[in-house]
Amino acid sequence: MNSADPAIDVRNLVTHYGTRKILDDISFQARQGEIMVIMGGSGSGKSTLLRHLLGLHNPTSGCIRLLGKDITQLDADAMYDLRKNMGVAFQGGALFNSMTVGENVELPLREHTALDGNTIRIMSRMKLEVVNLAGFEDLMPAELSGGMIKRAALARAIVMDPRLLFFDEPSAGLDPVVSAELDELILTLRDAMNMTIVVVTHELESAFKIADRITVLDQGRILMSDTVAAVRASDNQRIRSLLDRTPRNEAMDPDEYMERLTREIF
Amino acid sequence: MLPSRRACRRLDPVLAFVAQVGQRSLQSLREVGYHAALLAEAFYWLLLGRWRRQPVRLRAVFKEAIGVGVNAIPIVALASFATGMMLAIQGIYTLRTFGAEGQVVLGISLSVTREFAPLITGIFVAGRSGSAIAARIGTMQISQEIDALRVIGINPVRYLVAPLLAAMLLTLPALTVLSDLVALFGGALYCAGELSLPMGVFFDRTFEVLIVQDVLHGVLKSVIFAVIVTLIGAANGFNVSAGAEGVGRATTRAVVLGCIGIILADMVFTFLTSR
Ligand SMILES: Nc1ncnc2c1ncn2[C@@H]1O[C@H](COP(=O)(O)OP(=O)(O)OP(=O)(O)O)[C@@H](O)[C@H]1O
Ligand SMILES: [Mg+2]
Repeated sequence: MNSADPAIDVRNLVTHYGTRKILDDISFQARQGEIMVIMGGSGSGKSTLLRHLLGLHNPTSGCIRLLGKDITQLDADAMYDLRKNMGVAFQGGALFNSMTVGENVELPLREHTALDGNTIRIMSRMKLEVVNLAGFEDLMPAELSGGMIKRAALARAIVMDPRLLFFDEPSAGLDPVVSAELDELILTLRDAMNMTIVVVTHELESAFKIADRITVLDQGRILMSDTVAAVRASDNQRIRSLLDRTPRNEAMDPDEYMERLTREIF
Repeated sequence: MLPSRRACRRLDPVLAFVAQVGQRSLQSLREVGYHAALLAEAFYWLLLGRWRRQPVRLRAVFKEAIGVGVNAIPIVALASFATGMMLAIQGIYTLRTFGAEGQVVLGISLSVTREFAPLITGIFVAGRSGSAIAARIGTMQISQEIDALRVIGINPVRYLVAPLLAAMLLTLPALTVLSDLVALFGGALYCAGELSLPMGVFFDRTFEVLIVQDVLHGVLKSVIFAVIVTLIGAANGFNVSAGAEGVGRATTRAVVLGCIGIILADMVFTFLTSR
């Protein structure tokens, strides 16, 4: 891969759930070592976009290149190799509930490397140390608080030292102090390991703090994908309402409104 | 495309009914296809996983074998013992009308090895493990653990289903043989009391009438049952989409369909091999 190539390059992505179009003509890029924040209101398709970036669904059309490889075309073996370079922390953590925190963090190493048990344990403890969860490796996920789950999920995501890190809603449901700590952690990771990090969030403050660039989604379309300064300065009405926290006051079409209420009844 | 269910309601009821039947059949067909694909994939990983750098770990197989096999021993043994006794009681009662109580050994040993042992074992394992498999995979599905496996680069079928299938294929035949022995013991015990037939004589006669094929017949069935229970449990788990209620529905479905599947497969297998 040429170092000038973007680490993430999405072109004309269109996706559906069933017959409902969720994402429409999404294109954006992120360079290696960049923190890209995906912002947007609830239901705008952020998590859906993330799931496609992770190769969990097949898009209707468009292409997604990660580290120079188009994951919509990749065969299983190549995808398997690529996944060793990707770390993911899901919105709800998605820790394996039947395993301890330590085993959760160790799992990628056990599956992908031939290291011996002690080395694996030490490496996973180092990552738990990074996320301030040292000493909690013997607890079960059910015994953790919400913030601890997010941090444990992050430890599992970075245990392979991936080049791409995806993080869905790091600060949702956390108190301001913990979420600020997570933001710091994300910045540290980028600086220390030059990871490309994609963070999905709708917390403005944290977005502005960590982002190099921001992609704003609205109802499945990209409103803007630019630097923090440019997004702040934007005079697009939808972006302003998202930034200024004003409610959307769209003109309502009375006919369409009636149609929605009475659809499939008459 | 088929009309949606909502659209059907507006058509006249007969048409709606036909459409629904069509939709149901299509869905069942799709489900059968899904099971077949799941089976193929599980075997693929069992046989070729090592070569694809994703081996099915022996440790996982043993762990599952303890869960689905060893832990089922007490309940299967108890049920088999009771079944053996029940067969002896019924057999003696029926044969007495012909004055042929002596033949009861033949009846017990054949029906236990060919039919009751595999069936009882299969049904109990379907009830114990079919539901547990569906619940486990279903819960993992809704808490995104399956997605987490996939993004880590762990194929969920290889990691969750293949070891289970291997464990089932190992333990269900073994459990069936155990069930054979315990049920025969139950029958022998009753005969010893009722007909004053010494246990030794009972077993001597049993081994006289039984041929290897009878035992094999039962063991072969249990192999089929192992596949059925694993597949139905796993498939229902993977298809959970809607919350805790969905998991509940999947476990119920796994048990009911598992038991029905076993009985139907039993009938077909017996029909094909025993004439
Ligand atoms: N599994 C699914 N099946 C069908 N539709 C879905 C599914 N998941 C999400 N959707 C739909 O896709 C749209 C986008 O959802 P998504 O979860 O991507 O939103 P989001 O931006 O992440 O919202 P939030 O900030 O609330 O997490 C929503 O309208 C939702 O109804
Ligand atoms: Mg979301």
